[in-house]
Order: sequence, then structure tokens, then C-alpha cells
Amino acid sequence: MSANDQKAEFLKGTLDMLILKVVAVGAIHGYAISQRIQMISKDFFQVQQGSLYPALHRLEDRGLLQAEWKATETGRDAKFYTLTRKGRKQLEVEVRNWEQISSAVALILRTAQ
Amino acid sequence: MYWFRRLFRKRQTEHELDSELRFHVDERAAQLAETGVAAEEAHRAARLEFGGMEAIKEECRESRRVHVIETLLQDIRYGLRVTLRSPGFTAVALLTLALGIGANTAIFSVVYGVLLNPLPYSHPEQLVGLHQSKANFENGAISFPNFLDWRTDNRSFSSVAILRRYAFSLTGLGEAEQVNGVFVSSEFFDLLGIRPALGRNLHSGEDTIGAAPVALLSADFWQRKFGSSPDVLGTPITLDGRSFTIVGVVPASFHLPVQGACVCDVFVPIGQWNNPLLSNRSAPLGIHGIGRLKPGLTIEQARADMARVTSNLAAAYPEVNKGTGASLIPLRKQIVGDVQPFLILLLAAVGFVLLIACVNVANLLLARSTARTREFAVRVALGASRGRIVRQLLTESILLAAAGGLLGLALAALGEAALLRSLPAALPRSGEIGVDVHVLIYTMLVSLLSGIIFGLAPALKISRSDVLTRAKEGGPSVSRGRHRTQALFAAIEIATALVLLVGAGLMVRSLTRLWGVDPGFDPRDVLSFTISLPPSMTMTKAPPETIRAAFRELEARIASVPGVQAVAPSWGAMPLRGDDEALFWLEGQTKPATTNDMNWAVSYVVGPDYLKIMRTPLLRGRFLDPHDDERSPPVAVIDETFAAKFFPNQDAIGKRINLAGGDPGAKNPPVEIIGVVKHVKQWSLDKDEKLLQAQMYRPFMQLPDSGMALAPSSTGILVRSASDPVRLFDSIRGALDRTNGELVAYEAESMEQILSQSLAAQRYSMILLGAFAALALLLASVGIYGVISYVVGQRTQEIGIRVALGARRFDILCLVMGHGTRMILSGLVAGVAAALVLTRLMHTLLFEVRATDPLTFVAVAALLVIVALSACYIPARRAARVDPNTALRSE
Repeated sequence: MSANDQKAEFLKGTLDMLILKVVAVGAIHGYAISQRIQMISKDFFQVQQGSLYPALHRLEDRGLLQAEWKATETGRDAKFYTLTRKGRKQLEVEVRNWEQISSAVALILRTAQ
Repeated sequence: MYWFRRLFRKRQTEHELDSELRFHVDERAAQLAETGVAAEEAHRAARLEFGGMEAIKEECRESRRVHVIETLLQDIRYGLRVTLRSPGFTAVALLTLALGIGANTAIFSVVYGVLLNPLPYSHPEQLVGLHQSKANFENGAISFPNFLDWRTDNRSFSSVAILRRYAFSLTGLGEAEQVNGVFVSSEFFDLLGIRPALGRNLHSGEDTIGAAPVALLSADFWQRKFGSSPDVLGTPITLDGRSFTIVGVVPASFHLPVQGACVCDVFVPIGQWNNPLLSNRSAPLGIHGIGRLKPGLTIEQARADMARVTSNLAAAYPEVNKGTGASLIPLRKQIVGDVQPFLILLLAAVGFVLLIACVNVANLLLARSTARTREFAVRVALGASRGRIVRQLLTESILLAAAGGLLGLALAALGEAALLRSLPAALPRSGEIGVDVHVLIYTMLVSLLSGIIFGLAPALKISRSDVLTRAKEGGPSVSRGRHRTQALFAAIEIATALVLLVGAGLMVRSLTRLWGVDPGFDPRDVLSFTISLPPSMTMTKAPPETIRAAFRELEARIASVPGVQAVAPSWGAMPLRGDDEALFWLEGQTKPATTNDMNWAVSYVVGPDYLKIMRTPLLRGRFLDPHDDERSPPVAVIDETFAAKFFPNQDAIGKRINLAGGDPGAKNPPVEIIGVVKHVKQWSLDKDEKLLQAQMYRPFMQLPDSGMALAPSSTGILVRSASDPVRLFDSIRGALDRTNGELVAYEAESMEQILSQSLAAQRYSMILLGAFAALALLLASVGIYGVISYVVGQRTQEIGIRVALGARRFDILCLVMGHGTRMILSGLVAGVAAALVLTRLMHTLLFEVRATDPLTFVAVAALLVIVALSACYIPARRAARVDPNTALRSE
């Protein structure tokens, strides 16, 4: 498994949480989400469109995101996603879980040497 | 209901998805353009970076939950389009399926109505048929006094009842007519859980001899005679010249719990039967019983209990009850037991037909899936998953099966009407047969299952092979694999068809054997009917001389009708129709203490012309003649088995026997044997030997007075006719009506009809099995034809090359026929093996033919091979005529 593949696998499990986190800031369209994740992670995550859009549609379908067609700054219509109440709660849960897991993993990595 | 709304906003959703993804690509392109890339180049790069647009779209669609329904609708729409695009294929597949499913539905509705549907009484599992068993009669009739004791002494039934069919003369309501009645004991309706439609059921005690005469009417009779008026309660009705008070009406849904179709008009307490023998413990009088087991009791416990009851009775009345017991049979088994193997055989046969139909359609689909290889390849390339394609194919085949099922249902409704028109006399519970919810559910399940069965093979085949490679190459290796599957399917069809053909062949053989059985009489041009003398004769206790005179006059009147060659009354037993037994002991022996120790013979009480009518050969002595009457010494004619059994190595003529059951107080002198005739088949053509064989004929005029008193209410008449016997009946009835309007003649049948009804089960098995086997043969031939055509089509180029290289047409013919022969032979071997096992299950229906009859197997196999080879020959000849130039240029 190449390093890139490993990252992709890793990303897949946390993609939903990352999307929710990015969307939590404010209404945003798909392209901007992918740019944002890539930028914030300092190019660590290369979000594949093949997983981003299905994930967006899945989250919308589960009622965690809601979408609205609005004009962008350049005047084109784009699909903007925002977080629903349910999505906000879900984000909190996932972030809490993530923090618990990562601190536990970090602890193990530190102490088990 | 968000997703539900979205289901109908599909087009918009699709559009939005498209815009959203396009926006992404455009934005990316714009971004790239800012870095200085040319606009066109930027756009191309953005698209490349984005990846497979259609695959992503498909994944987006799949991530929505409504997807299942949406794809289903999509698959159905697509499937319909594909199916309608090839009408030839669709028509053949639909017709095949409709025939298979239709035949199954029709037979299942019969099986359900007769075997599976619970009896239409409350808690039918508690009901048992009750009979009195004796040495020769395991399920004999019960005498009324014995029944009364059974009723009080038993501890295992919550209730017992008896019934006895009886024909009443109805007068005072329009023209005199014969009505079907049943004598019942008072608990009869309550036991079955029947609530009256009007009035009340019988009260207990109303069945005792001498109770006030009451009657219940059937709903049909009530409607016919009284226009369903509720005022009928309390009014009188005249039956056999006596007045009965109507107390209730039985609901229309009620059927008698006895075998065969029987319409009944009136129900009368059995105590009203003015038969002097009713109170005689030794006279069973054709009375049979039913009982309802107490909850939780098994039939074995009840049998043990009844054994106790009957042995007590045997001890109390040894002279009549010694050796008698009670026989208990679950009522359902008693009613349908005889036809169960026959129906199961038919169900198995149609099952096989459906199997062949499915295999055929599967083969058609396989052949067609070659043509669709490219289509699937394109879909896979566009991002469809393999599961998606399998689902699509299954949807199509289930769609096909559903349409076939609907069509089959229509066929079944038609076929069932035809089936019921020809079956009812032979079939119990035929009134309960019909297409109902259960049958519909069955049809649905069968259709669905067929769809999955015939759809799965091609679908799996496609999903397993690499679609892309196949699209590129046209894949000869894969098509050879598919051809193997098709050949296997064709072999299965051949095997299945063989099993059915063997079944039908065995039935044909056994029926030919049965038709060849000599019944001991000549059934051609013999008419049988029943007459009832006017009520003045039946009810007023007319003296025996008056009755005898009336019968003599009647005989003379019938004999004078043109076309009547001979006429005779027939009382007691009648071959293949009804039985009656005489008990006797030989002269010189002391009278046995109990009836059980006496000798038994089937008893025919007939007129002197009987032998002329039946043409049973006289072996020795003479037959009865007109001088053997009430004034001359009593005589009898016996059959050869009687003579061999009781007078071995002696001349029976002149021997004398004593008959039991004469008039009390009369002299009852011994009866002299004056002749010996050939044995006749009394019970059935195929299993006659299992029952009482000795037979005895006595003159009708020598009936004891107590017997003669019963003759007016119903006596059989036999007539030898010069022409069509059934048509003759009309002129006889006309002649009788002109002289006495109150005399009723009914139940006319020709002896040939009686004979053929006795073979009904075998005949219908043969006809239906034959029809199914023919259908199977046709379908299997179509199947083989299809496979060989397919192979020829696939190998056209190869054949062209062979011809170009110098192969003769004959070689090509052999090459293709060789293919077919291999399929046929392997099917044949498998089929013979299966048939050897399966036909054993039908041995009860066979007569003098073994289930492994070699002649049948060889003949059937030969027929199958000839038909199958003919089916191969058509495409083989086409192959042999292939023009190498055209063949090589194609593709």
C-alpha cells in the first residue's frame, strides 16, 4: 500500500467529519469544500471528487446538511451546503469521539515504547 | 416523506446533480486558467482531474436512500423497453411461461380446493368418519340400535351422528318429483357446527322412532320451492305421502361430509324412516356415522375406547354383534383419501412442465444475452456495478414472469372451467374448487420463483465473465461456455419430458389393460334407472300382492315401449354401482349362532330377463324364469366363485341353502340352486379380487314381504335397448308419465357410463398426464431447436471455412446433428434414471403394468428421440446449406 493510498483510506473514515467541520463555518459549495480541506490540511489531504460528492449527497440525504442554490461572487449558480441542527449535533459527537480516540492513540504511542 | 417527494422530482434532481458537478469542473478550469493555462487546455485538465463523471453521478445517486425504489422503477422502465424491442422473443417467452404457470395454477386450485383447504366445518381436525367393521367389510354400515348404544357408551366423542341418503317422493308442491333427502340423527348439524339459515337445528330426541315428524330444507330447495320465504317455518311438506313440519333451513354453504358431489334437498330425523328393519340390530341399512373427538383426544385413544364399546355390545348381543367392531377414519382422509395420489401425481407433472418452461426461457435469455453483450459492456464502462446489471437482468425476467403469470391466470381460469366440467363426478369437494386468494398467492409465488430461476442463470453467467473483454473480442471462449450451459439445459428438458412421457405412457398402457378387462357382462346398450312408485304405494303399507302387481304392470308397460328389448327390476347389488349382501348357511349345517359365522354373498335380486340384458354367460343349469315367483319354491342362481368355494368338486345344481333375514314368523324354506353363471366384476375392474367374491341371483318376485314393502320407494330398472340407451329413457319416461303422473323415474345412466365412471380417476390421470407430456415434449423440442440454431449461428464462419476447405454438406449435417445427439442421449439417460425412481410413486394408479414397464420406456424413448432429432434437423440442414462466401464475409 503506497503512502497515498494509506492517506486515502484514512481520509475516507474521517471525511464526513471534515466536511461537517468545514460546512459549519458557513454556506459553502462543493468545489470550495474540497479546496478548503486541501488548503487547511496544507495539502496533506487530496480530496477525491469521487468520494466528496457522494459523501455530500449522503449527508444531505441523512438530513445532516441542507442545500440551497445561490449565486456565487462571480454570479454563477452553485449548490451551497449548510449545517442542519442535526448536523451540528453530529459534528459535536464526532469531534468528541475523534478527540477521545486521538488522545488515547497518542497516549499509547507515547507510553508503549 | 422527503424521499417520496423526491421520487417524483427525479428529473430535477438529475439536473441539479449535473449542474453541481459541472460547476466544480468549471471552477477548477477557471482557477487553472488564472495560472496562465489556455482556456481549452485548462478545461481539459480540470475534467481529467475530476475523473469519471458518470461513475461519480452513479455513486451520488446510490448514496441516497430512495435509490432502491428509484432504480427499480428505472430497471422496470428499461426492462419494458428492452422487452418490447424484441417482440418475437417476448411472445415466445410469454407463451411458454403462461402455459407453464397456467397449468400449474389450474391444477393447484384443484389440489388446494380438495386436499389442502380445511373441510368447511368448525374444527375439522376433530371430525372422524365412523363405520361398523365386520369380517368382509372394514368400513361397513352401522345398524341403528348399535349406533344408539355407541352414542351413549362412548367416552371419546363430544358428539356422534349418523346419516343415510334417501330419495323421497315430494307431492303437494306442484308436480310430483323425486327429491334427494338425508336421514340424520339429531346431533348431526350441531356436531358439524352448522348454524341454520332460518329456524333451528334438530333437538336431541327428535330422531327417536315415533317422534313428531319434522324436516329441514336446503337453502336451494327453500329458494326453489318457497321463494326463500321466512313463513315456511311451521308449514307442512309432504314426503312419501306423509306430512313433515318444516323447522329450519340449512345454509347454502353446507355440503354433506361424504364423498362425491351430492345435492340434498331435505333433511329428516332418521327415526322417521318407516323401514321395519331400522330397529333391527342386525340390519346396517347403509347408515354411516361421523363423530367429533373431544378436544385433545387422539384418534388412537378413540379407537381403543370404541373397541371397548363394541366388545361390550358383542358380549351383550353375540348373535348379531360377534366379530363386529368400529372403524374410525379421519374425515378428511375418508373424503379425499382416494384422489390424493392422483392429484399429487398431477401436481408433480405440472411442476415438471413449469420446470421445462423455465429452462426454455432461461435458454432464450442466454442466447439473447450474447446480443446484449455490448450493451452491458457500455453500461459497465459508464459506471454500472456488476450487481446493478444482475439486478437489471433479474428485474427483466421477473417482469416477464409476472406478465406470464397474469396470462397464465387467464389460461388457468379457462382451463379450470373445462377441467371441472369433466371431473366433478369423480372428484370429492369439487364445489369448493375455484381461483381464490390462496390460488392467487400461489400463482404469484410461482411466477416470482420462475422469474428468479430462469433469470438467475443468464444473470450470473454474465456477471461472472469479464464483460469488457467480451465486448472487445466478441469472445469465442465465453460463448463456448455459454453453449455448454445451454446444452445442459436442453438435456434437462429432454430428461424432464421423458419422465412425463413415461408417466403418460404407463397410464395409457394400464387403461388399455383395464378396458380389456372382461367385466362379466356386456355394458353396450344397457340402460339403468331408478323408479319410485306413487306415494299411495309407499306410505300406506300396501299389501305385498298389490306391490307385486304394480311391478308386473310397470315391467309390462316398459317392455311395450318401442326400442326396449328386455327389462328387469334390480334390487340390492348392481355391478360397479352399489352392493348388498345375503347371509346364508348350507343345507345340512346347523344354523350359525351369530351372523358373523354365516357365509356371505353379494346379492342380486332381479327379474328373469336380467341375463338377456347383461349377457352374462350361463355356465350350467338355467337362469331364473317368469315362473319363479312368490308362489313357486324359492330358487337362486350362483356364480362360478360361489360354486367353487362352497361346492368344490361337486355339482352345485340342486344343492340347497338357507337364507338369513327372512320374514319373521314365515316358514322361510331353503333355496334351491338352479344355475351357475360367470363371475362379474362387482367392485371395480382393477381391484375386484380384494373384496367379497361369491355372488347370488334371486327372483325379484320372491323377495320376502318385508323386503317387498321397501321396493316401491326406490327400485332399479335395467333395460336392454335397441339403440342409444340414454335417448330411450326419454320415451320410457314419457310412456310412464302418460299412465301415472305420480310415478317417478330418475338417475338414468347407460351401463357404459357407469363403467367409464368407475375408471374416471385412471382416465383423467391419463388424459391430463398425456396433455402435460405433450406440452413438455413440445417445449423441449423448441428448446433443442433453439440451442442447435444458436450453435449453428455461432459457428457459421467455422462451417463456411470447413465447406471452403472441402467438407461435404453431409459432413456438416453430421457435425451439427452430432451435437444434438449428444444432448439428447445425455438427457435420455438422466431421464430414464429419474423415471425409474419417480414412476414408482404412481404404482397405486397402475393396473397390470409395472412402473418399470420396459415396453413403455422403450416406446417413449424412441418417440422422444425421433421428435428431438427432427427438431435438430431443421437448423442442421440450414447449416449444411451455408454458402462459404456469405459466411466468411459476415462480420
